[in-house]
Amino acid sequence: MSAFIDPYSVGGKTPEIAEHAAVLVIGAGDTGMAAAIDAARSGTRTVLIDEHPLDPSLFGLDVPFHFGQRANGSVQNQGRALDQIARSRSRLDEAFEAGVDVRLGVTAWAGFVNGPTAHGLPKPVIALADLNRSWLMSFDKLIVAAGRRDLGFAFPGWELPGVMGAAALHALIHRYHAFAGRRILVLGGGRLGFGTALDARREGFDVAAIVEAAPAFSAPKDMIEAAETAGIALHAASTIARAEGSAAGIGRAHVVALDDALAPIAGSERTIDCDTICLALGAVPNIELLDQLGCKLTYRANQGGHVPLLTPDGKTSLQGVFAIGDCAGIASDEDGPQRLQTWTRAALAVGGLDVAVCQCEEVTRRDLLEVRPPRYLDRDSAGLRARNLQTLLADGPVNQDQIKRLTRAGMGTCQGRRCREQVTALLALAGGIAPEAVPLPSYRAPLRPLPLSVLRDGHEHPGMRSGWDVWFGIDGQFDPYWTIER
Amino acid sequence: MTAMKGAQVVIVGGGVTGLSAGWWLARLGAEVLVLEKGIVGWEASGRNGGGASHSFSPLFLEEQRLWPQMDELLGYPTEFQPYRVRIGLTEENMAMFKRQMAIAARQGFKADVLTPDQVRELVPLAGDNVIGGAFYHYGGHANPQRTVQAYAWALQDRGGRILQHCAVTGFLTRGGRVTGVATDRGEFGCDNLVIAAGPQLGQIAAQLGAEVPVAPARAEMIVTEPLPLMKHGGTDGNALYGRQTLRGNLVFGGGPHEWLEEAPPGARAATTPLTRNLAGRLLELFPKAAHVRMIRSWAGIVENTPDGRPILDRLKTYPNAVVATMSSIGFGLSPASGRAIAELVLRGHCDFADLTSCRLDRFANLDPDWRRDRGWIQADAPTSAPAQA
Ligand SMILES: Cc1cc2nc3c(=O)[nH]c(=O)nc-3n(C[C@H](O)[C@H](O)[C@H](O)COP(=O)(O)OP(=O)(O)OC[C@H]3O[C@@H](n4cnc5c(N)ncnc54)[C@H](O)[C@@H]3O)c2cc1C
Repeated sequence: MSAFIDPYSVGGKTPEIAEHAAVLVIGAGDTGMAAAIDAARSGTRTVLIDEHPLDPSLFGLDVPFHFGQRANGSVQNQGRALDQIARSRSRLDEAFEAGVDVRLGVTAWAGFVNGPTAHGLPKPVIALADLNRSWLMSFDKLIVAAGRRDLGFAFPGWELPGVMGAAALHALIHRYHAFAGRRILVLGGGRLGFGTALDARREGFDVAAIVEAAPAFSAPKDMIEAAETAGIALHAASTIARAEGSAAGIGRAHVVALDDALAPIAGSERTIDCDTICLALGAVPNIELLDQLGCKLTYRANQGGHVPLLTPDGKTSLQGVFAIGDCAGIASDEDGPQRLQTWTRAALAVGGLDVAVCQCEEVTRRDLLEVRPPRYLDRDSAGLRARNLQTLLADGPVNQDQIKRLTRAGMGTCQGRRCREQVTALLALAGGIAPEAVPLPSYRAPLRPLPLSVLRDGHEHPGMRSGWDVWFGIDGQFDPYWTIER
Repeated sequence: MTAMKGAQVVIVGGGVTGLSAGWWLARLGAEVLVLEKGIVGWEASGRNGGGASHSFSPLFLEEQRLWPQMDELLGYPTEFQPYRVRIGLTEENMAMFKRQMAIAARQGFKADVLTPDQVRELVPLAGDNVIGGAFYHYGGHANPQRTVQAYAWALQDRGGRILQHCAVTGFLTRGGRVTGVATDRGEFGCDNLVIAAGPQLGQIAAQLGAEVPVAPARAEMIVTEPLPLMKHGGTDGNALYGRQTLRGNLVFGGGPHEWLEEAPPGARAATTPLTRNLAGRLLELFPKAAHVRMIRSWAGIVENTPDGRPILDRLKTYPNAVVATMSSIGFGLSPASGRAIAELVLRGHCDFADLTSCRLDRFANLDPDWRRDRGWIQADAPTSAPAQA
């Protein structure tokens, strides 16, 4: 006997699950590809998806990487891009031979599982989208190999075309063959910064200099030597004061030397000509999908920050969900959160308080520290002037989602992918706490900004229509109060 | 730890209902302490559609009187914007608008019926599927997250105290009165108590021997990237509620909710594939927004009473305790609900509104199976599904 179910509830309105994969692997990088090939060879029906080649318009939105408008026009040609991507994937042929169902240009924009506040799904699903439509794919086993993304760092001028992330540069050079710059200044003197510089150099681009705020470079000795041999100028104990250029992009950068206290040394400023400034202070494990799914996370400063909590065999806290490769943690030593903390301290000393950290919503470091609302509101009431981060901290521990609600930092189209770690760094410094004590602002679906026409459910359950009410459909709830019986 | 001080009025729950009540009480000179298990406004109060046009409610007149003054009264921005444009896609929609207009008209508020062309002029994103519309010269919407913080700060500015990360676990009583509140951070004495704990209201009131029937449910919303501002942000239809923010984002929700056996405290409310149905509905409402990108979504948990109406009342068992639920439409009415609660606490009755329909004893003879009768039950998945390991 089945109980009567409120027709205006989700009860019985199970969404269409278009496909099923015994094993679904997300991310066709080296680890994802290897996992998919292994799974398929063992006779399991395996689907491998990767969002590259990207929807051309995402390049301009700096999602998933911080492309900084440095992709050339060829990325607009989907056919060419697909070709490039396919060729950059060394084991793709092997995957096809092993029988992996490979889908390129397909984005996983959410994952949905039953949990304490949702119960309606017959199976856990991943929500996918291509350029034209979205659909659901259920899985027995999900392997997330989503890699890494760029770590942002703000300085005056960082919104100009030509400021980009190391992961974006790598993708444009190696996957898309579409990098539009010539002469690169690299920020970050760890393994990532030197690796990026040497790689760009090998690929025939000029590297103007490598700049590092810490007193010494932490990159391995052989890398430092190789950079010296290549004639790349090396500036440790230095930071970028500002970048200049035009609407066409970066033209030059001003770099200042720092003393032991990370304060600028007067008269030490030098100008470096470049058309690209590459942020290589560290990379961020791409935990977006894992967090949105509800996997438990932990913080590991030496692995890039927030990473999924894993068993030794790569299991997350969700049954059937695994994480491998960079999204499970990046061996970064000094790169990542620690380096960002140093650079942020230097940026504050160099006078970067009025720099927009969140580009989408134009939120500056000062706005964050003063917890100011956006410019379209009256920001100068007596009450607001008396409120700031310190008064908020007196009410409870710092919480980035709360700061986000009040200042809008991270609320824009890129959803904080360029700013969230910087906001963490600043809140940690201002609050006198470790970065791991700042709760991670949550990732929400859709994990990529997708058009409504793509997201919409093309196969809506008929009950969705008949049982759709603006609110709860409770009989009499909206009858005028004077008609209610006493 | 030094002993923490109690207050004349202790309020359980730092959502809009509790905070507004606290602010009003502080305005009226009472000494107030709000206890919130998380962060102020973290639950439904910071996750709703921001709508404020409740013409059926006894608190409507006061809601309409107060909203235009709230920024001034609180001293902090709420992003309140007046008026509401309603877009009709079906005859049914139009009939509903006309019903609402008649209810408001009886209370002295004006509204106009709009032609399809007038709708399209006001709402450039609307399409050829519009059959008519309505313009309410009342109502409006505000930013829930900013409003919640505004209440909290305004309350503090008037000497009230807020203790976050403090969960109420029980009560101290003597001689038919609540004399204190037990929490995970110690006990707080009180002369009066307000319970405004949202979905947790039932469990908490039960500790005072009161049966307060509420059923929790999850509701979802989606947000797009910013668009050029329309003439009025409070523009909705196609059975969606929501608004265009002052930043330009479209923020809309509506449609099927999910009833939950209980409101799990502390769990982040999940979004579901319903997101895609919301995207589709929004696209039907604004056909010219097909290319517009959705950037975020969220869910929140609200409680409903058996008849969908508020409970704002003193407990019979402990008359110095007031229970407050707005039955899932509490944001817009919050300026008025807080004032009503303050009067219930300080005077025992509300002077400015008729709260007869909000009394708890209307449920005195409620069938214990009321949730099942209404079908307000958790609908489990058709087949078993792996959950949290
Ligand atoms: C998606 C969505 C859309 C909505 N749209 C609208 C709309 O457009 N207009 C409108 O008017 N309303 C809307 N609502 C409803 C509205 O948000 C709620 O009715 C309102 O926020 C209720 O406020 P509250 O303070 O009573 O409850 P809550 O906001 O639920 O606050 C209760 C608080 O009590 C705290 N608490 C619970 N237990 C304890 C304890 N033991 N100790 C200490 N603290 C405790 C909780 O942490 C919580 O912060 C919507 C709701 C949702 C979810």
